[in-house]
Amino acid sequence: MVAKLANSRYGGMAVLVLVITLLPLLLPNPYYYDVVIHIGISAIVVVGLNLLVGYAGQISLGHGGFFGLGAYTTGILTAHYGWPSLLALLAGVLLVGSLAFLTARPILRLSGHYLAMATLGLGIIISIVISTEDWITGGPDGMSVPPFQLFGWQVYGEKIWYWIIGGLLLLSIWLALNIIDSPAGRALRAVHGSEIAAQVVGVDTVHYKVLLFVVSAVFASIMGSLNAHYAGFITPNQAGFFHSIELVTMVVLGGMASTFGAVIGAAILTLLPQLLSGFEDWEMVIFGLILMLTLIFMPKGLVPTITAMLKGNAK
Amino acid sequence: MFAEFLQYVFSGVTIGSTYALVGLGFAIIYNASHVINFAQGEFVMIGSMAAVFLSAAGIPMPLAILCAVALTILVGLALEKFAVEPAKNAEVVTIIIITIGASIFLRGLAQVIWDKEFHALPPFSGEAPFIIAGATILPQSLWVLGVTLVIVVALGWFFNRTLMGKAILATACNADAARMMGINTRFILLIAFGLSAMLGAIAGIIIAPITTTSYDVGVMLGLKGFVAAVLGGLGSAVGAIVGGLILGIAEAMAAGYISSNYKDAVPFVIILLILFFLPSGLFGARGTERV
Amino acid sequence: MSLLRVESLSKSFGGVHAIEELSFEIKPGTIHSVIGPNGAGKTTLFNLITALYKPTTGKIFLADQDINGKKPYQLARLGMSRTFQNLQICMNMTAVENVMVGRHLHLNSNFLCAMFRLPQVVNGDRACREKAAGLMEFVGTGKYVHADANAMPYGALKRLEIARALAAEPKILLLDEPAAGLNASETGEIDQLIQKIAETGVTVVLVEHDMKLVMHISDYLLVLNFGKKLAEGTPDEIRANPEVIAAYLGTS
Repeated sequence: MVAKLANSRYGGMAVLVLVITLLPLLLPNPYYYDVVIHIGISAIVVVGLNLLVGYAGQISLGHGGFFGLGAYTTGILTAHYGWPSLLALLAGVLLVGSLAFLTARPILRLSGHYLAMATLGLGIIISIVISTEDWITGGPDGMSVPPFQLFGWQVYGEKIWYWIIGGLLLLSIWLALNIIDSPAGRALRAVHGSEIAAQVVGVDTVHYKVLLFVVSAVFASIMGSLNAHYAGFITPNQAGFFHSIELVTMVVLGGMASTFGAVIGAAILTLLPQLLSGFEDWEMVIFGLILMLTLIFMPKGLVPTITAMLKGNAK
Repeated sequence: MFAEFLQYVFSGVTIGSTYALVGLGFAIIYNASHVINFAQGEFVMIGSMAAVFLSAAGIPMPLAILCAVALTILVGLALEKFAVEPAKNAEVVTIIIITIGASIFLRGLAQVIWDKEFHALPPFSGEAPFIIAGATILPQSLWVLGVTLVIVVALGWFFNRTLMGKAILATACNADAARMMGINTRFILLIAFGLSAMLGAIAGIIIAPITTTSYDVGVMLGLKGFVAAVLGGLGSAVGAIVGGLILGIAEAMAAGYISSNYKDAVPFVIILLILFFLPSGLFGARGTERV
Repeated sequence: MSLLRVESLSKSFGGVHAIEELSFEIKPGTIHSVIGPNGAGKTTLFNLITALYKPTTGKIFLADQDINGKKPYQLARLGMSRTFQNLQICMNMTAVENVMVGRHLHLNSNFLCAMFRLPQVVNGDRACREKAAGLMEFVGTGKYVHADANAMPYGALKRLEIARALAAEPKILLLDEPAAGLNASETGEIDQLIQKIAETGVTVVLVEHDMKLVMHISDYLLVLNFGKKLAEGTPDEIRANPEVIAAYLGTS
């Protein structure tokens, strides 16, 4: 029964709706809301990234860069130039989308894992530029970002952002599930399964890979912008290599080709450092160990492995 | 004018040799298994940090260096045996994350066992710099270049003249065929990791007197070594060396003539340029996929 | 009117002349087999025809259209479909999804429409799934309709690939060694399947080593040796051709 629930699209969504609506009853203070909101923000990015990495089998090591670029475009335009929040967000989307497109188009024509290398380079360059041009970005110390404004109404406070992020999470999961179970989605999965087979049935595989890369980059940019408004403060770390790795790890840990796995992965990787902070110096050691062991013994990621185990037991 | 240029060339070639050795490590492992080992940089860190602490404990420097290299090799072998081999059937992305997990784990251990400070090894033969055509070069730089050269020659002999070396190359070309010829491909991968660990450790030890070392020195070095390998053509040993040297010189030139703030961006701009214009790298194989 | 026409086709890989000055024609509604010893260039020929390789010289015409410069995915639009010698099945999908991918060009594959789950996409998918299940029955893998691709045996997967190729509703179907790795009774089933396919009006071109299958099923044969055309004709003509016999069996 649990396995069936995990399998059907509506089952998973229903569980998530339940969790999102009931969770506030368990959260005692704003700090907990903050953690949950951060999980939600990462989860949305990872749902998009999972389409690229888990379903289409491409590797990006630079999505932190897109997140950070969205954050700083929003930050700079709203804080320094007084742009309306929504417009600044769209500017970020445009910038990141174009960058993603221009980078991906020539690279994705090649077969092999060149996208990984290109995104590695791109992400690090973005974070170095943000860090160096401190006259406008505030440099390594970061910069403040005003709250999100919509038609004169300021969005401020954990409680409101909780519902906004919760709603956006459900929306993005719905969108992702729709894509997967469609001709476009099957074409994408076929690219991963056998790119040549996809080509001979008429799929323009380069077009699809580029499109998906841009979509996932835009997901990251939007969430970067929203996070900037929510947190009120951004640093170049958000665009850094470690954040990019963190995002891919969330995909792999939760389960590639599993949209709900993406949410689980985001939750675990956000909570783990919190849980481990008591260990202080040993935090890194334990973290690295958990990462290695989980993936060695559950290479498909948590959700697919557990789902398979439940299916096996149900037989 | 020329002296300044020469200065940049010297420092570029020095750090470039480190990139070359790290890149070589990437290339060897990639050749044997198509795995990109993101823990490569940690071999550099472990080699240099171990040497620092062993010699600080009173062990004479040459012995400390030997032990540090041996320790790193053990770490490399353990990494292959316990982290990579169990996961060999997983997707490439998963294996990459496992090596990243390993690098985090090793960095964490280094932080706990040693510390978070910067450390330097004493230069091997004195600190007084030489002056050549108006540019200064440290004696340690000459050590770096010399050791790198010796290693390159030794590896050349190893791969072309010894049975083990040729077995590694054969596995790189076609693992299935190699297996059928009786070559134990799992063992080959173990050797590849051990070799790469050795290269990383030596690279770390010879450069530590110049650049100092710390628990997280491996991250950037690893990434830049990776860029060197890609520049040279992932899978080409010669390419990794040439790539490393070019990278080092380009970095030094950019820092000197353009802006030292963007020095760290140079390798990554280079990797983008390579991928746009010459994806298989300088010496990489341009093959067609057989259907 | 020829469905497929090849003129003076040559392909070299460095110093290896895989195909040399090859010319032939395939008329619609026929079953055409390409045979020849190993290394004769048969799969290379298929890869050239399906634009996975670029010719060194020469031209290929599909329904009188020069396919020079076209990408493989564009040829599907012109009515060409193929299977592969070394099975290209998407093991990360279910069996029926593999076949559904074959119908890609007949469906609305727009990203935005898919994102918002427009009724047209949903209904199209439902119809597509039924059609795919039907095709799986047609090729004899009906019992795997609810299975994952990676749970199916080799012989069934070979037929699944044919179902996927048929899903595109091609005018011409290229089968690269459909009987490879199959035993005698499985090969007999492939024989019947190919005939069923040809009866629906699809032109079939196959590369095969199994002589019994080839001689029984083909309208015409093209014999390749060392990348060059050795002979061309009906099975009876080829059977009696001394050069073919010498090339295949050696002079005994």
